[in-house]
Amino acid sequence: MDITVIYYLVPSLIMFCCGVYGFVTRKNMIAMLISLELMLNSVDINFVVFNRYLFPGQLEGMFFTLFAIAIAAAETALAIAIIINIFRASKNIDVTDVTKMKF
Amino acid sequence: MDITLPLLILVIPLFMFLLLGLCGMKMSHRLAGTLGTLGMGTVLVLSYITALTYFYSGAPEFITQAGERLQYTVFNVTWLQFTDSLVIRLGFLLDPISAMMLIVIPTISFMVHLYSLGYMRDHHGVYEHGFQRFYAFLSLFSFSMLGLVVATNIFQMYIFWELVGASSYLLIGFYYKKPSAVSASKKAFIVTRFADLGFLIGILILSFYTGTFNFADLTSAPVDGIANVSQVSLTTAEGIKAMFTNSPAPMFMGASVMTWALVLIFMGGMGKSAMMPLHIWLPDAMEGPTPVSALIHAATMVVAGVYLVARLFPLYLMETAALDIIVVVGALTAFYAAMVACTQIDIKRVLAFSTISQIAFMMVSLGVARPEFHHGLGYMAGMFHLFTHAMFKALLFLCAGALIHAIGSNDYTAMHGLRKYMPITHITFLIGCLAIAGIIPFAGFFSKDEILTACFGHSIVWYIWMSLVAGLTAFYMFRLYYLIFWWKEHKVHDPHHAPHDQPWTMTLPLVILAAISCVAGFVPFGFLVTWNGKPMFEGHASFFTNLEHLDWSVAGISLAVAIIAILIATAMYKKENPLPEKMRNALPRLWDWCYHRFYWDELYQFITHKIIFGCICKPIAWFDRHIIDGAMDGLAYVTNKASVAIKGFQSGKIQMYVWFYLAGALLLGAITVICLI
Amino acid sequence: MESVGSIIMYVIIALSIIVFSVLTVTTRKILRSATYLLFTLFATAALYFKLDYEFLGAVQIAVYAGGIVVLFVFSILLTSHPGHSSEKLVSRKRVLGLSLAVATLVIAGYALISRCSVMFASLPAMDNPDMKTIGETLMGTGHGQYLLPFEAISVLLLACIIGGVVVARKR
Repeated sequence: MDITVIYYLVPSLIMFCCGVYGFVTRKNMIAMLISLELMLNSVDINFVVFNRYLFPGQLEGMFFTLFAIAIAAAETALAIAIIINIFRASKNIDVTDVTKMKF
Repeated sequence: MDITLPLLILVIPLFMFLLLGLCGMKMSHRLAGTLGTLGMGTVLVLSYITALTYFYSGAPEFITQAGERLQYTVFNVTWLQFTDSLVIRLGFLLDPISAMMLIVIPTISFMVHLYSLGYMRDHHGVYEHGFQRFYAFLSLFSFSMLGLVVATNIFQMYIFWELVGASSYLLIGFYYKKPSAVSASKKAFIVTRFADLGFLIGILILSFYTGTFNFADLTSAPVDGIANVSQVSLTTAEGIKAMFTNSPAPMFMGASVMTWALVLIFMGGMGKSAMMPLHIWLPDAMEGPTPVSALIHAATMVVAGVYLVARLFPLYLMETAALDIIVVVGALTAFYAAMVACTQIDIKRVLAFSTISQIAFMMVSLGVARPEFHHGLGYMAGMFHLFTHAMFKALLFLCAGALIHAIGSNDYTAMHGLRKYMPITHITFLIGCLAIAGIIPFAGFFSKDEILTACFGHSIVWYIWMSLVAGLTAFYMFRLYYLIFWWKEHKVHDPHHAPHDQPWTMTLPLVILAAISCVAGFVPFGFLVTWNGKPMFEGHASFFTNLEHLDWSVAGISLAVAIIAILIATAMYKKENPLPEKMRNALPRLWDWCYHRFYWDELYQFITHKIIFGCICKPIAWFDRHIIDGAMDGLAYVTNKASVAIKGFQSGKIQMYVWFYLAGALLLGAITVICLI
Repeated sequence: MESVGSIIMYVIIALSIIVFSVLTVTTRKILRSATYLLFTLFATAALYFKLDYEFLGAVQIAVYAGGIVVLFVFSILLTSHPGHSSEKLVSRKRVLGLSLAVATLVIAGYALISRCSVMFASLPAMDNPDMKTIGETLMGTGHGQYLLPFEAISVLLLACIIGGVVVARKR
């Protein structure tokens, strides 16, 4: 049995769908952020897999993933800073309560 | 000639305007007034030097061996270069008429600056509100007027033309808290702007066909051997006319295009010089301070139209139809204004109508001027009258200002019998009246006599007509004089509060101008200012040139007419008597029409309000309000409603946003997948 | 043809990715959610190792598992009680989320399957990229080298540090 591209892409896709589900349903902002990490991670996997299978010897996909990880770290840090700030203001990190910024 | 002096003549008033306009409120009143007056005094000296150098130095760029005066362009810098051929230049042209104006404008302006030091204070010595602003505007006006007369091209003239219009507007509306002054300033500005529309179109037509703005290219030919010098030449004017006749469309609506251009340019002059039917602004302009009336609305700005025609005179000679129009307009205006002046009560109004009448004299004089008759006597006479009129009319206005300042009213009914209390004003006013009435040897006699001679040479009809107007002039001026200074005696209860002569700053200009009015008639204009620069007479100029060359048949008649008119006025108005009342009752209709200025203002009111506003503007306004605004309002209404309807989507619930975003993305993805596979 | 060991490795990795992903989003205790995320990330790192990207796997463990998850745990401890479980989801919300997730799965899965030729390529041989190559690629300015993004990321990180400090500091 050959482990082909699709074998890696399907778990990645499922991971992505889990991320979508979690992002839409969870109320806790940190949980939403965790779901976001899942989605990001599944995209990273795709980069790596395509790089490995279709362009072996080149490093583009790998570096994309590398940078994506760095950016994800930055984004998470900032998002958590904002969440903590919101928590300070309202003692709550429920996303349904943060609707003041509409129109 | 050195460039410094002419440049300074223009720069000093501009600098004074900026200085007084920007820093005036920081200065004391006295300092601002003194600075303005000193600046104008400097300009006075510089322009006297320039003008006298031009007339008497005999330098080759000013006068030929044969005694012909030349046009000398002192400088001419490119200001705006649109294309190779369309260039707007600013420069300084010295020729007989601009040199003459360099005498007239600073003289009157300086007198008015000096006079205003006294006039713009009340009896307790408190300065008027906005005193510094007043001097700033006076400087602006002087700058603009000087720039106008020394223009080297018609576009520069137009620029300064508008600038004098603007400064006139500012000064008429000087008492901006008075509604009548505000509406008068608006009226003056709108009427003259309307006239300037014609002027601008005329300029555009002229330059379109000839490809130049320069006076030197329009009316004169360069003189070989000396740079920047040109000589008035009919050959050039003929060339200009040929450009028009050779153009693809030389005729327009039954008249040649050149006639149209010249008439349109004259229309600008009609607006500025208050010719019928565009005269209605000038009487109202008397709402401004009296020194302003003396400077702008009697002596300098209002003669800009005359100056314009004189400047383009060789072109007008090519199209005598335009000159005929000028004569007709001028003659009608002169008569009309003289009739109205006979009935007015407000002394400034009388002088205003007298100004209109006298400017019309100059216009007629230019209109009847032909090179065939006495080397273009009419041109010289018009310019001569411009010169003398500026002096004695400024004098009369300043006298009127002194009277108003002393009495506090514009009506002669409040004056009567002032001769004992204000002797200096009395004597100077009398000199002004004699001058304008044309009594030898005062200034007006000579110039008016030359005008009548020119009319006589053109057509006997106009001669009789203008002589009649001259008689009317003498009549209404002496009516005014008697009603102010004689009529019934004043009863003064308290000698301390009796009217008295004004401070020296106000009387000194009166005395100087009166002296000038006495002798200005002897200036040998025939040797100085002629249409082509050639002297009109053989021999040398002397103090008595004008007397020697007097045509006594014409002069005698005009003198007799004036004296008869004065005698009638004396009989009617010297002492309180029922004669004027009887006369008024004998011709009630005529008197009414004259008193109401032949209902011109009402006619304008009717045309603008009933016809233009009512029949044209109202439907347009309705269309604008309901159709155009309605369409815009509809758009806004729809947008507003739509946004209210959809703003619920902007719920602030991030997860809903994400859901919709992903659903949309998925939809696009699904479409892509289905279509591509 | 892969070795049996490799296939077993693959099955373990794939299963743990799927299971832990699902658990991450379905558990109602937030701290557990973070823990399952950690396992998912470990599984991903294992996947990178299996695909011969050892450096990437190491970065994944160090940054994601070591950095980000720790950040999550700290913030969770700061903002909620660890034992507290969130209330049950309302069914409407669950339906919304499920519909979206399933739709994603179906459309993307269909797109994957329909791309047959690429999807069934087998694993080509490749030398494990050594550190020298990675270092040169990261620091080089030539074609296919990444100095500029590297610097940009470093500036971004700096901005992020400052931003995080400014946003979260006590007023």
